Amino acid sequence: MSSNDEVIILGHGSGGALTNRLIKDVFQDAFENPILDELLDAAVLDIDGGKLAFTTDSFVVDPIFFPGGDIGKIAVCGTVNDLAVSGAEPLYLSAGFIIEEGLLISDLKKIVQSMRSAAQAAGVYVVTGDTKVVGRGNADKIFINTAGIGVIPAGRRLSPRYMQPGDVVIVSGTMGDHGLTILAQREGLSFSTPVESDCTPLNRITKAILDAGGDSVRCMRDPTRGGLATTLNELAVQSGKGILINEERIPLRREVVWACEMLGLDPLYLANEGKVIAVVAPDAADCVLDAMRSLPEGEGSVAIGQVIAEEEGLVLLETELGATRVLGMLEGEPLPRIC
Amino acid sequence: MMHSNKKEYARFLLDSIHREIDRPITVMEVCGTHTVAIARSGLRELLPEQLRLLSGPGCPVCVTDDLDLDMVIALSRQEGIILATFGDMMRVPGTESTLLQEKSKGADVRVVYSPADALQLASENPDLQVVFLGVGFETTTPVVAAALDQAVQLGLKNFSVFSLHKVVPPIMRVLLEDPEVKLDAFINPGHVCTILGTEPFRFIAEEYGKPCVVTGFEAVDILEALLMIVRQYREGRPTVEIQYKRAVRPEGNPVAVGFIEKYFRPVDTRWRGIGMVAESGLELRDEYGQYDAKKRFPLNVQPGVRKKKCSCGEVLKGLKLPYECPLFGKVCTPAKPVGPCMVSTEGSCAAYYRYGRKKAGVSS
Amino acid sequence: MCLAIPSKILKIKGHVAEVDIGGNVKEVNIMLTPEAKVGDYVLLHAGYAIQVIDEKSANEIFEAWEEAYDALQ
Repeated sequence: MSSNDEVIILGHGSGGALTNRLIKDVFQDAFENPILDELLDAAVLDIDGGKLAFTTDSFVVDPIFFPGGDIGKIAVCGTVNDLAVSGAEPLYLSAGFIIEEGLLISDLKKIVQSMRSAAQAAGVYVVTGDTKVVGRGNADKIFINTAGIGVIPAGRRLSPRYMQPGDVVIVSGTMGDHGLTILAQREGLSFSTPVESDCTPLNRITKAILDAGGDSVRCMRDPTRGGLATTLNELAVQSGKGILINEERIPLRREVVWACEMLGLDPLYLANEGKVIAVVAPDAADCVLDAMRSLPEGEGSVAIGQVIAEEEGLVLLETELGATRVLGMLEGEPLPRIC
Repeated sequence: MMHSNKKEYARFLLDSIHREIDRPITVMEVCGTHTVAIARSGLRELLPEQLRLLSGPGCPVCVTDDLDLDMVIALSRQEGIILATFGDMMRVPGTESTLLQEKSKGADVRVVYSPADALQLASENPDLQVVFLGVGFETTTPVVAAALDQAVQLGLKNFSVFSLHKVVPPIMRVLLEDPEVKLDAFINPGHVCTILGTEPFRFIAEEYGKPCVVTGFEAVDILEALLMIVRQYREGRPTVEIQYKRAVRPEGNPVAVGFIEKYFRPVDTRWRGIGMVAESGLELRDEYGQYDAKKRFPLNVQPGVRKKKCSCGEVLKGLKLPYECPLFGKVCTPAKPVGPCMVSTEGSCAAYYRYGRKKAGVSS
Repeated sequence: MCLAIPSKILKIKGHVAEVDIGGNVKEVNIMLTPEAKVGDYVLLHAGYAIQVIDEKSANEIFEAWEEAYDALQ
């Protein structure tokens, strides 16, 4: 069964194991440098005695408008958030647009206005951009690429490498809301849900986390593609430690749980666009949680587990029965099933 | 989420099982959803050693024969056809390819949640032929039959079903008759019994003297069922009991059964790893031949030869545990599956790999 | 092959019912459960109701488990 090596399939874009393999086999292999190899959400660059965080992202979400946001809002928030979880103060964004012939200019304006609102909320500026138009059928309405830079204060170091057994794993709220919102719009699924995308800038809450926890904050991530499970797995692998999560502590909206039950999906693998995971030394966990909960985007914050010494590279889930099982990495794109 | 009293109840059930079990008992489930529920709850590691849980051929996707898959793949390559399928089938390997790979090469394959969505596709695309891939046991077959009924009422000319449906009771009989398969009781698929009721399974207790408990899909349901089996043995009274009372009536759903019988007839069919099983598959009845994709699109597909030999067959019969297959975790992983047991999210091998402790398979 | 979940019927129009699934709303087919009425709970599989079930069970109300607990003591 070698065809995964021959042709790109949709699963390569899902953010799970297939994506990681593609990155390793194709991109890391070619670009070969230690900064890239850290594979953090943003590259940390030493420039003239200071540190810059630099990140890029492309947005291809379909549908382009959905409850809670649109492709423009995600583009700005996604990039701001990659910078924010890297410990940077996000400053400037670029925005490149690849637009399919036939897109309504009124739709483009809506999207760009969303980006403006999101940028304002985050306190960042879109300072440079590019526009390309391709023939009908050659892009799905609109694709947006963004790059972002931010400044990392001197002395701040965030990385999974600093994770220690006993560290507390905190999430800022319910999981899977964005992924479910998008899924509900998909052709062939047709159900309506009160759930909306959680898309929001995270730089205010990451600042609160860092102000409260200081050096006790080991690292932060935003669990986007691939969901909580995939991001936790990345942390486990990159830290060389194990992570033990208490299944019952993971906050999930009732509607998300039930929609996933109906479709045979696992909410732990659905994307989030406005949530942060923070790994924090145990003595700072309480005050970090307090700081997070004082913000609307963090009111659902809760400690869900801890870093452990055993089972390096694995994420374990303590089930409702008190047994433990492995919470694996996403393999391909999650598909609705009947079995 | 478990209420604390549900957790207490689970504890009570586990303690009772430990206390009351008086002999080694091997229990087999024949439902992929049970395979996953057991693996996800981690309950295997909490059971007494004398109680062994085996996964049988309960995943209708896993037991689909290579030739059937190759035919479906060949169909998907044809012009003018939309192949609508449940997501479960997308990653299952035929001899050389999968529907997912065919889709990435340009085949019009669409994942649907319901056959009703396939009917919609047919109405919306009158110039294309929509073929719905009918897979599943008796929980799903009446649903596909109902969709067929709607197609007939609507007089849809561009809708057909490719039936890979299978039936549960015959395969259980095959397992009971097989001297190599050591099983003492069955956990029965809850939703299959929602449709069929308990009557078709009475032979298990009456002819073979083994307990058979119709079980729900929560961890607590499974624990209840296991305790019921332990007690049936203690009391020497093998019967077909319903644990899943909230969704199963002894008479099942006769309306649903009526739909199955109206549109489908039993045929002998090949199960992967097991071989031909009499009257275990379902084909569309002749009078509905125009809705039968196998008749509408005759295919000439030769049986392919599998390059790598895996132990799927033995795993499906519960003769081997997944990690006893030489390919498990090394050559065969969910990312690069060799056999359907690893591909399907419900396959035993996938369940072991995903939820088991050691990825390259040693402990359960 | 058994993913089916309880849902509550909100409206019925012919063979189509609008059901509530834990707060989500979907249109499903009730041909296989012709006796289903508004307010009933049905077990939903692949877009069709396959059985009418009772409300207590559907909500897995605490009492249902407690009864089972008592019965098995």
